Amino acid sequence: MSMINLAVDSAVAIAERRRNRPGRSIYSGRARVALERNFMAFRSSNWIIVLSGFVEPLFYLLAFGFGIGKLIGGVTDGDGHPVQYAAYIAPALLATSAMNGAIYDSTWNVFFKMHFAKLYETMLATSLGPLDVAIGEIGWALLRGLIYAIGFMAVMAPLGLIPSWWALMAIPGAVLIAFGFASFGMAITSYLKTFHQMNWINFFMLPMFLFSGTFYPLSIYPQWIQSIIQAMPLWHAIQLERAFMLGNVSWGLLVHVLYFAVMIIAGLIFTTRRLTALFIK
Amino acid sequence: MSTTTPVEMPVHKSQWQGSKKLVNVSRARNFAWLHVTEARLRNMMKWWGSIAAFGLGNPVLYLFSVGIGIGALVDANGGSTQLGGVSYLTFLAPALLTSAAIQAYQDETSFPVMEGFLWDKNFFAMNSTPINARDIVNGVMASAMVRTLVTVAIYEGVLLAFGAITFDVALPMFFSAILAGAAFGAVMMAVTTFVKEDDGFFAIVGRFVIAPMMMFSGTFYPLESMPSYLQWVGWISPLWHGTDLGRTISYGSPQQPWVTMFHWVYLTIWLAAGLAFAYRQVAKRLSA
Amino acid sequence: MIIARGLTKVYGDFTAVDGIDFEVRKGEAFGLLGPNGAGKSTTMKMIASVSKRTGGELTILGLDPNKRGPEIRAHLGVVPQQDNLDRELKVHENLFSYGRFFGLSRKFLKNKVEELLEFAQLTEKRNSKAEELSGGMKRRLTIARGLVNEPEILMLDEPTTGLDPQARHILWDRLFRLKEQGVTLVITTHYMDEAEQLCDRLIVMDKGKIMAEGSPADLIKRYASKEVLEVRFGSSKNQEVAEQISHLGHRTEVLPDRILIYSENGEEDLQAILKMGLEPVTSLVRRSSLEDVFLRLTGRTLVE
Repeated sequence: MSMINLAVDSAVAIAERRRNRPGRSIYSGRARVALERNFMAFRSSNWIIVLSGFVEPLFYLLAFGFGIGKLIGGVTDGDGHPVQYAAYIAPALLATSAMNGAIYDSTWNVFFKMHFAKLYETMLATSLGPLDVAIGEIGWALLRGLIYAIGFMAVMAPLGLIPSWWALMAIPGAVLIAFGFASFGMAITSYLKTFHQMNWINFFMLPMFLFSGTFYPLSIYPQWIQSIIQAMPLWHAIQLERAFMLGNVSWGLLVHVLYFAVMIIAGLIFTTRRLTALFIK
Repeated sequence: MSTTTPVEMPVHKSQWQGSKKLVNVSRARNFAWLHVTEARLRNMMKWWGSIAAFGLGNPVLYLFSVGIGIGALVDANGGSTQLGGVSYLTFLAPALLTSAAIQAYQDETSFPVMEGFLWDKNFFAMNSTPINARDIVNGVMASAMVRTLVTVAIYEGVLLAFGAITFDVALPMFFSAILAGAAFGAVMMAVTTFVKEDDGFFAIVGRFVIAPMMMFSGTFYPLESMPSYLQWVGWISPLWHGTDLGRTISYGSPQQPWVTMFHWVYLTIWLAAGLAFAYRQVAKRLSA
Repeated sequence: MIIARGLTKVYGDFTAVDGIDFEVRKGEAFGLLGPNGAGKSTTMKMIASVSKRTGGELTILGLDPNKRGPEIRAHLGVVPQQDNLDRELKVHENLFSYGRFFGLSRKFLKNKVEELLEFAQLTEKRNSKAEELSGGMKRRLTIARGLVNEPEILMLDEPTTGLDPQARHILWDRLFRLKEQGVTLVITTHYMDEAEQLCDRLIVMDKGKIMAEGSPADLIKRYASKEVLEVRFGSSKNQEVAEQISHLGHRTEVLPDRILIYSENGEEDLQAILKMGLEPVTSLVRRSSLEDVFLRLTGRTLVE
């Protein structure tokens, strides 16, 4: 009995200390707990699905890089250097897989947990705040993105597709991209009500993937289409990764980093607000 | 339910006739598969907006990005010599059409099975009426065909608008695409019946079956340009057989008559085997 | 209507139904009782002609379900244990769609659907999607759906599980009326009051076998006494007291929290206990019920 009393006392003490901190109602400083829960679920879930996430971009690389590459020969990168077609699309595929992984985790998974498993309701009924939940979920998406990026790089290096040491920067780059999409995706998902609306997310992802300078330079489009594409997050992601992996690094890349920083912060703000409105009245 | 319900409310206003009089058993049996199709189509009609949007959006997006975008690079590089002398767009069109048919069939054979056995369990509801396992398979396949017909028709319209195919080949290409789709769909349906738990089955199929099939079936480049250790994917996949047929029909890509014949036969065998497999599996699952 | 002789179902090396015999006559309400895993649902599936028997004989409406399943099913109404509605269809579409599976005409169904909506008191909900309904509403819809073909035999697998008391009573009333119209009912249930209310005759199953058969009153007479006296002395004293009073009634049963005395006159036995100088904390004399029969036949241990 005394053990239980001790535990209750310390919980109360922690709660009291936290009460005085600003923002206590949305953040208890224990996002780690939400992350732990995901790890537990992951251990008993289907490993193949999670770990095979980086297989898909490899298929694309083989098929487009080498298959179509044979038909195309080479292309010139942003700075006018000729590069092998496979080396040109590889960074785009890495950026896309970071996006896809993050979006999958933060939309389908989050939607399921919100509406079917009622997981957030359960979590928020404890001392966890909405920001803990949001960071926990997004942190999980990042971890996965990191693993995928490392796996992808490990395959690309022996294929001779990484000419520069700057390419290592593409790994944190992928995590940044995943962070942006995950926080944004979770914000959107928290506002959706039916599975049907979820389909529309795919409806925007596919054209973004196809048109964001993934497979060929934007220069074949008229100026106004180029401007639209340049406003899309995936274009910034691809520009960033391509610059790192081809070694064309300049201060101008900070624009892309800034773009994602804004995305991350905006996403977190909206997610926290929405979760608060939904579950904490 | 209100507590003030008058208890003397009649069960039925009209005369209870009884099923012996009401149900025409032989009629119910003869049209059983059609009733399943009808139900599936009714369900599909709830999504007709999405179906139309995806049906139109998909070809437009792929033709603009891959067909015209990558096509510009290929054609500028003189790649058409490797494509039998046609433009990349023309080369790509039959492949995209076939893969659209396969995707439409995949949607309409796998999701209903998940719904029927796992999510709503409505196959069990159907099976408590005069409907049999075989009727369910046939009915689902027929409704998938309707959906695919619509998808392929839209696709061909877009291809015509892009000048990727000519008008006179539209009809024969219809057949090759639908057959390839049906062949894949029947097997997909049978395979989906094995799913006992909704634990990422679609993610696995997507990554390890659909994606490699799309990538390595000579869809975006000639199958021969792949290393031989990857070419077997194309030889197995109905997508390649359908695509190769489509290319012969569309722009007369050179082919021995026996090869053409073989494609038709191969796809038909897939379809027949898939159906037989699905009949068996659905019956097994319903009676378990 | 239904004749089973030595009916058996074996899954692999597990025998779910082990050679049972029973008959269901036209217009009667027939109940299957038993704990979980007793083989009730398997029996129901075989009668519903969706699961093939592996041994014995089964005839439904004079037909063999292994060979002529669809023909039999045309005359059955089935209410499964778990609602299997089409969640994406609206309430009225669910009824319509199901009716079409019987090949019923659109014209007929148009009226029938309205009638059934009224029957299930879902007229106001007719345009809601099935997935938006509450549990009780879903149940009512499933039951209404089972009536769309005006079946000869209506099969209900635990029809009122999860319903609130009002809904249960209304459903019982509806089922009673159907019976009056000559519909044969086959019902499984956990609720003994439900079985007593509805069933003319029932079988109690356990481990795939029939433990008893008869009308509810019949079974109570055979397997229980007229009355039951329940006395509590506190959990620590029950065992000790039970030995002193074991001569009372036909039979006594000691449970962790109370002692049951099955007897012809509970009040008399209670007086006898008081005369012995024992003072129960609480005491209750009640009529014995089907529940007593059930627990006697199938035991009190949980079977899962």
